[in-house]
Amino acid sequence: MEHILKIEQIEKYYGNKSSLTKAIDGISFEVEKGEFVAIMGASGSGKTTLLNVISTIDRVTSGHIYIDGKDITTLKGNSLNKFRRESLGFIFQDFNLLDTLTAYENIALALSIQNIGPAEIKRRVLATAHELDIEDVLDKYPYEMSGGQRQRVASARAIITDPTLVLADEPTGALDSKSSKMLLERFNHLNETLEATILMVTHDAFTASYATRVLFIKDGRIFDELRKGDKTRKEFFDSIIDVVTLLGGDLNDAL
Amino acid sequence: MMLFKLSIANIVKSFKDYTIYFFTLILGVAIFYVFNAIESQTVLLNVTSSTSEIIGLMTDILSGVSVFVSFILGFLIIYASRFLIKRRNKEFGVYLTLGMSKRKISIILFIETLIIGLLSLIVGLGLGVLLSQLMSLLVANMFDADMTKFSFIFSNDAFVKTLIYFGIMYSIVMLFNTFIISKCRLIELLNSDKKSEKVHLKNPIVSSIVFVISCIVLGRAYYMVTAGIQELETVDKIFLPIIMGSVSTFFIFWSLSGLILKLCMSIKNLYYRGLNSFILRQFSSKINTMVFSMTVICLMLFVTICILSSSLSIKNSLSANLKELAPVDIQFSKRVDYTLENTANREEDELALLNLDVVDTLKNMGIDTTEFIDESVEINIFSTPDLTIADTFGPKLNEILANYRYLNPHSQEKIISISEYNELAKLYELEQFAIESGEYIIIADFDPFVKIRNEVLAEHQNIEVFGHILKPKYEKCQKGFVEISSNHINDGILIVPDHVLADIKPIQNILAGNYKMTKKEDKIELERQLEKKLKENDGNFTLIKGNSKLIIAEASIGLGAMATFIGLYLGIIFLLSSAAILALKELSESADNKKRFKMLRKIGVDEHLINRALFRQIAIFFATPLILAVIHSYFGMKFSIFILETFGTRELMRSIIMTVVFLLVIYGSYFLITYFSSKTIIKERI
Repeated sequence: MEHILKIEQIEKYYGNKSSLTKAIDGISFEVEKGEFVAIMGASGSGKTTLLNVISTIDRVTSGHIYIDGKDITTLKGNSLNKFRRESLGFIFQDFNLLDTLTAYENIALALSIQNIGPAEIKRRVLATAHELDIEDVLDKYPYEMSGGQRQRVASARAIITDPTLVLADEPTGALDSKSSKMLLERFNHLNETLEATILMVTHDAFTASYATRVLFIKDGRIFDELRKGDKTRKEFFDSIIDVVTLLGGDLNDAL
Repeated sequence: MMLFKLSIANIVKSFKDYTIYFFTLILGVAIFYVFNAIESQTVLLNVTSSTSEIIGLMTDILSGVSVFVSFILGFLIIYASRFLIKRRNKEFGVYLTLGMSKRKISIILFIETLIIGLLSLIVGLGLGVLLSQLMSLLVANMFDADMTKFSFIFSNDAFVKTLIYFGIMYSIVMLFNTFIISKCRLIELLNSDKKSEKVHLKNPIVSSIVFVISCIVLGRAYYMVTAGIQELETVDKIFLPIIMGSVSTFFIFWSLSGLILKLCMSIKNLYYRGLNSFILRQFSSKINTMVFSMTVICLMLFVTICILSSSLSIKNSLSANLKELAPVDIQFSKRVDYTLENTANREEDELALLNLDVVDTLKNMGIDTTEFIDESVEINIFSTPDLTIADTFGPKLNEILANYRYLNPHSQEKIISISEYNELAKLYELEQFAIESGEYIIIADFDPFVKIRNEVLAEHQNIEVFGHILKPKYEKCQKGFVEISSNHINDGILIVPDHVLADIKPIQNILAGNYKMTKKEDKIELERQLEKKLKENDGNFTLIKGNSKLIIAEASIGLGAMATFIGLYLGIIFLLSSAAILALKELSESADNKKRFKMLRKIGVDEHLINRALFRQIAIFFATPLILAVIHSYFGMKFSIFILETFGTRELMRSIIMTVVFLLVIYGSYFLITYFSSKTIIKERI
């Protein structure tokens, strides 16, 4: 299997000499094509920082990140934007849809900034909308949709460009349990049928249990790793809970 | 003290938000000072008494205009401070949750307004004093005075006046802020940035219908003030097209956003290219939320363009007219009144005075014209109750009266003989004419009358003058005039063969000539003495009136200066206000925009694409009201050309160019400041 994402000994420090915070303290791992990886950790464990450096929103202090074999820590300026535009898809906790555009236009925007023609845009938007079951909200504005629908629109926008890697930051954070479940099932669907590679950050064991692999982070280091293997989702969930109990701290609050 | 520190910190921190506000206040103060300081600048000029009278009138009008201007600026400042409060809702929310009382927040705002007010007054007055030095050059140029020595002028009156006016405005703003704060609720303050915008796209069919109707109404209003202008006989009728224009402007903006959006969306290649869909949506949501402001801005820009170009063209035309219409230095006119009430109970020798010519009559008054007049011509003007406008117009009279109701058909035509007119024309350097014994010519230069008379002349209307039947030589009026003046006001004089007027008594003698002296000071001194002598003989039986190039020049200069200063004052203030409102509206949305652009950046939009989107968004926003205002102005100017007909409009192009320069400088700099401030705001990372 080829490595879509390869992280080598990255570190990220904040602050100055007198008060140094090590948000990431030497993390290495790989993600293979078609994997659905969840990163779990309590608030302040460094999981969001990890996502930010992978998504090139933030820079690492040391170490290297390779996506599709390319070292993204050396990218700058517009080549960084180009990389982000063409190789990554983003899903955020608060959706980040443009409130002035309809669902269709929000999804289309990701393609139109790549100078793709309107006919091709239409074909792909409709196809993706079908996959995510949002065909009937395409002409609505974000404020006219439910949270779950908004997040699925955001997901459609993230995957429509056929990115190498989809990054999701607490995608279920603002959703009720029913919408969460529906969204995660869609993630599984995208992962299995379209072979989308997904890296998701969450502090919720239920959300994490939909992934094929879970990485646990504590104090900027990898604490443990679980693979789903042949387990059912319920069994996988139970083993995640075991690790979470071991981790202790405020992660328990999420249960 | 803590509150004071907080206020200072706030101002420093949100300086970027205050830039436009501060800039506008400073300009407002400076302009207010400059135009109120004009009076003290004219004091130093060496001008005649009649000019200083005009200056007095001008400063009176300017201070009246200042009251109006202070209202506009007052509204603008309140509008601006409302935006600034809105922008800081969250901050106030935090203060309230920390347990700070609303009274204390009001005090913070009070201190802030005070500091900003004081700073803007200091800087604005400083700038105003500097600008008014430049203004004094303009003033000297306007009044044709020499600026041989430069002197620094500081106007105490204007200074105090600016302080008082702006003091009152700031006090009102403080009261207003306190009121706003006392009304607000904590939950709204804290959640103010979470509200996502609701997009109400108007029904495209309704939009289209409204748009088409508005355009038709607007077109009708345009027609009424241009081609259909003859139907606007009374002043109050002008209000109908103004109201029609304003209302249709409102509805054009109301329907515009939906229509443009729908139109662009149907052109898929355009809409789904780069960030176009985003830019268009941004624009349409902005237009939708400020239809009323857009209307006001558009109308203000329209008024600005018309005021500026009309007032500048008045000044330019007046100086151009002066050369053409006052070709000689002095003109004396003696009315010869033979009516019964005038001649009753007069002695024989007194009546004989009526037959004297101008030179001799003046000599009787102790004025020897040979002493100061070089070359001169004396002419006689005739008229008779048997030849009125009604008689000249003949059978066409009723048709013409139906169209031009302000005509008085009973006024008597003025008549002059061809040889006398040609003598005068030679002196004036005008075209001379030749006619056969049965012909007549009409000279006129007041365009509306020229048009009416041409209609009659085209019919080859014969007239009867003192028993002779004459036919018109030309089918059109000829250019020319007899009395010197500042404007084209000759509504028609008949030129007839000499023999027609033989043995007839004139009703007016006119003497026109040039002075022997060449220096301006000598001429002024001479006219001072002439005026005195004429005044001593005021009650005389034979009244003589004098009119001179200098008097006309002063009147036109005064009128021109008045028009220019009032035009500039109002024009600049209007322009400032409309640009400031647009800028504030755009910047007040910068918080929302920041989120949107941050998101665009996250999905990988290039920086130059983002900057271009921002630039286009702001450019379209600034251009929209301007475009409609320019269309309005095209027709508005046609109307004002009609109104200002007598002044002549030859210099219109120059004044339009000047107006464009003003527009570009003020409107353009607001646009650029807005663009660069927005750019820094969206660049900030949280």
